[in-house]
Amino acid sequence: MTSRWKEIIKKIDDYRWEIPTSYKPGMLVPGRIFASESMLEHIWEEQVFQQVANVAFLPGIVRYSLAMPDIHWGYGFPIGGVAATRVKDGVISPGGVGFDINCGVRLVRTNLTEEEVRPKIEQLVIDLFTNIPSGLGSEGKIRASGKELGEVMVEGSRWAVERGYGLPEDIVATEESGCMKGARADKVSDKAKKRGLPQLGTLGSGNHFLEVAVVDELYDRDAAKVMGIEDLGQVLLLIHTGSRGFGHQICSDYVELLGQAVKKYGINLPDRQLACAPVDSPEGKDYLAAMASAANYAWTNRQFILHWTRESFARVFGKSQAELGMRQIYDVCHNIAKIEEYDIEGKPEKLCVHRKGATRAFPAGHPDVPEAYRAIGQPVLIPGDMGRYSFVALGTEAAMAETFGSTCHGAGRLKSRGAAKRSLKGADVARSLAARGITVKAESMASLAEEAPQAYKDVSEVVEITHQAGISRKVARTKPIGVIKG
Amino acid sequence: MTKEFEVLDHTADIGIIAYGADLKQAFANAARGLFSLITSLGGVEEALHRDIELTAADAESLLVDWLNELIYYFDAEGILFKRFDIIELNNSHLKARGYGEKADSARHELKMGVKAATYHMLKIEKNNGYRVQVLFDI
Repeated sequence: MTSRWKEIIKKIDDYRWEIPTSYKPGMLVPGRIFASESMLEHIWEEQVFQQVANVAFLPGIVRYSLAMPDIHWGYGFPIGGVAATRVKDGVISPGGVGFDINCGVRLVRTNLTEEEVRPKIEQLVIDLFTNIPSGLGSEGKIRASGKELGEVMVEGSRWAVERGYGLPEDIVATEESGCMKGARADKVSDKAKKRGLPQLGTLGSGNHFLEVAVVDELYDRDAAKVMGIEDLGQVLLLIHTGSRGFGHQICSDYVELLGQAVKKYGINLPDRQLACAPVDSPEGKDYLAAMASAANYAWTNRQFILHWTRESFARVFGKSQAELGMRQIYDVCHNIAKIEEYDIEGKPEKLCVHRKGATRAFPAGHPDVPEAYRAIGQPVLIPGDMGRYSFVALGTEAAMAETFGSTCHGAGRLKSRGAAKRSLKGADVARSLAARGITVKAESMASLAEEAPQAYKDVSEVVEITHQAGISRKVARTKPIGVIKG
Repeated sequence: MTKEFEVLDHTADIGIIAYGADLKQAFANAARGLFSLITSLGGVEEALHRDIELTAADAESLLVDWLNELIYYFDAEGILFKRFDIIELNNSHLKARGYGEKADSARHELKMGVKAATYHMLKIEKNNGYRVQVLFDI
C-alpha cells in the first residue's frame, strides 16, 4: 500500500507533485503538493490527497488546490492548504480558514544574549507564566466591556496600543497593520461575543505557546540584520496564538449558515465541512466581515501578550525597554482568507486566497510589505515543535507566481494527541526537554505530552522543501530555551 | 450494547464514536464523550442544569449544533456537563437538559480544549441501535 500514491500523482520535480483532475470526478483544477518523496509516503498514509482533491471542487478555484509540505489531515480543507478562488464567480469557505481565525505568530527581537538569559531562565519562564493568562478555562486580565469588544473587532492591534499595550511601531510590523478592513461587529453572533469577551488577552491551550529562543544558525546575515537579528546567540521571542473561542464560534456559526447557502446556490461539494458561498453573495460578505472581526481580535490578543512579555523581561532583567531593545520583527497570520490581486493568464484578477495553516510570503518590492522590509521581502515566521527549531524566512517572487504568495506555517503533526499521550508522559517530556536545556512551564501535563516534539514532523525538513522549491527562503534558525504552554 | 462511547484518534484532532439503543441515547452519549475529553466525568457533580433547544436542517446538522452548543456553554460559562436528558429529538429538532457544574480548577483537571464539532467524517448509522461518529477540532 505504501507506494500506491505513485500511481496517482505525477512528479513535476523533486519538490512538486500533481494530483490530476482525473483522480476524482468533480475536481475543477489539479492538486499540487510541495513535498519530498519521503514525506509523500507519510502524507499518503494520512489520505490527505482526498482532502486536496476535495478542495479542487470549490467553484471559481484558480490553477491548483495547493498543499504545503507541512500538510496534514484536517476537517474539510487539509491543514497546510491554499486555495484561491475568483471574487467575481468563486466561493469563500470558512473551513478554508479554519476554526482558529488568524491563528498566527509574532516574533520579537531583544538585545539580550543566551549567556545573559540562561542564568535567569527559570525566573523568566515563571514570571511569564504568571503574567500571561494561559491554559484551558483561563480568563484574561483585560476586563473589556461589550462596547469595547466591538471596538477591538473593528480596530485590531491599534485598540490595545492606544491604551498603552505596546508601541505604534508594533502595528507597522504586523500583517495588514494589525487591522483587517471590512470588519463588522453586527455580523458576529452574541454567542461568539460571549465566548470572546473573557478570553481577550489569553494565550489559550493546545499548540499555542510563548517561546524564548536563541538564534543558532544564520543563512542570510544581511537580511537578518535588516530584521534586527544581528548574531548567533541573540535571544528572540515567539508568540503563537489566535482568536480563541471568539474565532471558533464564528467559524461554527458560519459553517452552519453557509451550509444552507450551499443548497441555495446549488453548489456541489464532496464534504459538508467545505460549506461555502459565493464571495460576492450576502452570505459570503457576512462571513468575510465576521472573519475580519476575529482576525482583529487575534491581533489585539497578541498585542496584549507582547506587552506583558515586555513587562516580564523588564522585571526579571532589571532593564529599561530601551536597553532590552524588544522590537517586534513581524506578525503573520496563518489561518485567513484575503482578497488579493494576481495576474491570471496575463490579466489582473481579484482572488480570495484561503490560507489554512499557510503563511503569506510576499516578495521584495510588494506594496503590502512594510517599508523597512521592502528591499528584502516579507518576513515569514515558521514555528517548530518545542524541542527543536523555529525558522525565520522571507517571501519570494516564486511564491507570487506559484502559490498565491504563500508558504508553509509549521511542523505539522505526526502523531495523534492520543498516541502521543499513550507513549509519553508530561513529566518525562519536561525532563527530557530540561536535559536539552529547555525550561518548560505548562498549565497541564497532559497537554505537554500531546505537544511533545516527537508528536511533530521535523520543521527543518518542511522549511528545506519550501526553500528548495523557492516559495520562501531561509534567513535564520532559532532553538528554544524557555517555553510557556497552556 | 453496553458501551456508551469510544475515543477516535485522528492525527490533528480527536473524535468520538457514541452508541445508543435509540438516537436520543446516542446523542446523549456523544455529549458525554465530548465532556470525557475535557475532564473526568466522575468528578463532575450535578449542581446545575441548562435547557437547550435547537432546530436544524437534518440530523447531521443537529448533532453538530448540539455538541457545539455544549462547547459554547463550557467556553462561555465554564460549565462541565455529565448527564443529559434528551426530551425530544427528530431529524430537525432537539430539546434537551444537561446537568453538571461550573469548572473549578481545584477539583477538576481540564484535559483538553475543544474548539468545535465538525462535519468531517461525521456519521449517523442505524444498525441494531445507533452509532454516531463526530470529529472535533482541538
